[in-house]
Amino acid sequence: MKKTLGILGLLIAVCVSTAALSPNFLKAYNVENITTWTSLFGILSIGVAFVIMTGGIDLSIGSVVGLTGCLLPWLLVQKHVDPVSSIALVMLVSLAIGLLHGFLITKMRLQPFVVTLCGLLFYRGFARWFTGDETQGFGNGFAGLRYLAVGRVPIPFVSGWHLPVPFLIMATIAVAAAIFLNQTIYGRYLLALGRNEQAARYSGIHTDRMIMLAYLICSLLAGLGGILFSLEINSIQPSGHGDFYELYAIAAAVLGGCSLRGGEGSILGVVIGAAVMRVLYNAINLLGIPTQLEFAIIGMVILAGVIFDELVKRLAARRRTVASPAQATPPAAF
Amino acid sequence: MPAPSSPLLEVRRVSKRYPGVQALRSVCLRLEAGEVLALLGENGAGKSTLMKILAGVQRPDAGELLIDGCTTEIASPDAALDLGIALIHQELNLADNLSVGANIFLGREPRRFGLIDKRRIARDASSLIKQVGLDVSPNTLVHRLSIGQQQLVEIAKALSVNARILIMDEPTSSLSQHETEALFRVVKDLRGRGVGIVYISHRLGEVKELADRAVVLRDGENAGELQRDEIDHDRMVRLMIGRELAGFGRRQSHTPGEIVLRASNLETPANPGRRLSFALKAGEIVGVAGLVGAGRTELLQVLFGVDRPLSGTIEVGGRPVVFHAPHDAIRAGLALVPEDRKQQGLVLEMTIRENVCLASLDRYDRAVGFRNRSHERQAAADSIRRLNIKAPHDRQVVRLLSGGNQQKVVLGKWLLLKPRVLLLDEPTRGIDVGAKQEVYQLMEQLAGEGAAILFVSSELEEILRMSDRTLVMHEGRISGELDRARLSEEAVMRLATRG
Repeated sequence: MKKTLGILGLLIAVCVSTAALSPNFLKAYNVENITTWTSLFGILSIGVAFVIMTGGIDLSIGSVVGLTGCLLPWLLVQKHVDPVSSIALVMLVSLAIGLLHGFLITKMRLQPFVVTLCGLLFYRGFARWFTGDETQGFGNGFAGLRYLAVGRVPIPFVSGWHLPVPFLIMATIAVAAAIFLNQTIYGRYLLALGRNEQAARYSGIHTDRMIMLAYLICSLLAGLGGILFSLEINSIQPSGHGDFYELYAIAAAVLGGCSLRGGEGSILGVVIGAAVMRVLYNAINLLGIPTQLEFAIIGMVILAGVIFDELVKRLAARRRTVASPAQATPPAAF
Repeated sequence: MPAPSSPLLEVRRVSKRYPGVQALRSVCLRLEAGEVLALLGENGAGKSTLMKILAGVQRPDAGELLIDGCTTEIASPDAALDLGIALIHQELNLADNLSVGANIFLGREPRRFGLIDKRRIARDASSLIKQVGLDVSPNTLVHRLSIGQQQLVEIAKALSVNARILIMDEPTSSLSQHETEALFRVVKDLRGRGVGIVYISHRLGEVKELADRAVVLRDGENAGELQRDEIDHDRMVRLMIGRELAGFGRRQSHTPGEIVLRASNLETPANPGRRLSFALKAGEIVGVAGLVGAGRTELLQVLFGVDRPLSGTIEVGGRPVVFHAPHDAIRAGLALVPEDRKQQGLVLEMTIRENVCLASLDRYDRAVGFRNRSHERQAAADSIRRLNIKAPHDRQVVRLLSGGNQQKVVLGKWLLLKPRVLLLDEPTRGIDVGAKQEVYQLMEQLAGEGAAILFVSSELEEILRMSDRTLVMHEGRISGELDRARLSEEAVMRLATRG
């Protein structure tokens, strides 16, 4: 909770300073745009957060975004498959990818880093091959489908402002994920095994199944994200679409309070983390900072956030040891 | 200048405090040259802290150490070796991929032109090996030796630095009868040559045979001292535990009920070819004794579904069961308090409440899969009260609790499930005397309520006190079974070592 407040503070600070320096920041168009992109990256980040909570990692997200992003227009435009089947097929592919990762990691005992690194390479190569490396897109058709990514819902009683449809999708997913994590026994299992897999197993938790589930959720959300990204962009380069997205997603999750050691994280924090990344990116554009510095600035902000968090944690730990003499009194027997 | 009458080693009013525990309080000790001094005490009495101070691993907070009557600082393990103090640890510290000779001179290799002088190592090592009565070549790799032979290599290593003070920590805990006798001959020989030996052991029979004097520690303080002709079992135990033997035995014996767990020809992956058969009745406390490595933990892990048996069957309540994972065993009514509390028993970074409820979340869920928070709160509060867990509140992270309270959290987790069979692996290891008593009382109470309890323990006192029946394991087999009438330290040791 404290962590989430910290990242929220960072988000507000970045927003306020950008708004003060640029009159365009709070324009409806700009806010809607940031919200859309935050939502799309938020979906990926929520997915990877589950994997990170188990103490694992998924490096293949960007390539899954690329693969599913190419697959959907390819099926629709070149293979003339109907939209519902196309979407179902793409989600099925993501599901299979998640299952494959989970199987290799839990049953074959391979390291998540290695498995998903191979995934990163394989899905990218596969996408480039089956599209012939040609740019994919929906042209001017499929307005109904594209509404999922570019649609805007008017906000009642507030004229001139709209909610992007991806935000509604992301919010639904976030609420479901937060309920799963905080209210269900499975959420507790996931956090417990992220801290200590052996103790979780000895407590009767099917740890393998839970880990599989985490990779499944991650790939499914990457697949969904891939679909929405492609609908939004409408011009997908098989060689580059989704590049680095796994790193954005991981960074958002870490900013939002997930520890790469596992067992920690909050969904709201992760979503806010994704928002911080997008606002920073937007600020760089609006304020006329050379875009070449984009990575440098984002990297520095994340590092500063993590260092700050670590310092706060140490301070709290020191205060705790000083403040609780109960710990220091010897047991009754002495 | 050493005064002629001063003892070889003297410890004067040494104190040492760790966070939360006063490990030593004004402890005194005297060791003469050519003497075997037994150092006795229960786990947690302060023996290992005292040893660490003598070996230079820890510094005392207060007090003096005198060697040959001169005050000395032992600042580091190296300094201890320079002073002629050698520690032979319970867990041997040998590099088993190297030869006997290389181990003896490890870190102090004789050199010639900057290179290791192997010829000299071989020559010097063989004379040391002979001195300790070992009959192997210095070029033998250590992993080919038995535990007993490795123990002798450690002693040879101590001799190679001309140790005058030899501290031996439970040297016979994993030796066979034969190896133990060989070790005794060497110890007596060293004593004859004027070496002072501090001998730490839980085996009171050995102490009686070997020691010239015994010093007993209890709760970090000197509890008493026994001269050679005063050393007997009852006196030692009385000093160690601080009360009469009469109150020490188990008070009530239970009338066992129906058989709840039966293992037939069970073959664990750790000991292929060795088949285990036994039965456990309701309301019965059965101890499993044996040396380290006898296959006791492995047996519990197979019973609990952590490992799959190679062959054989397990029956619970008369019905054959196959456990694919601990989950299945828990469903069948089993619970395991594992040996490695921190790795297997607890999620250290989680709170008391979260740990206590971890195994029973699925039994009390409100709707499918949704946690029942009010039940969790209630269960945690009940566990804290029932088990007397000392913590400010149930949101305390268990990492910050003492060992005894951590163990109570593990027990609390299982008590919520009301297990029919409770498996305990070294249930009181590393916990203080008070918590130990509470664990014992809890075991009695659960057995009284009809649970079947199978507990593995390396502490003989615990086996003698708690078990209605004792299974003794040796090299993966059950080498014997003792009822209360036949249960004695000697009988257990005979079966455990098959000497």
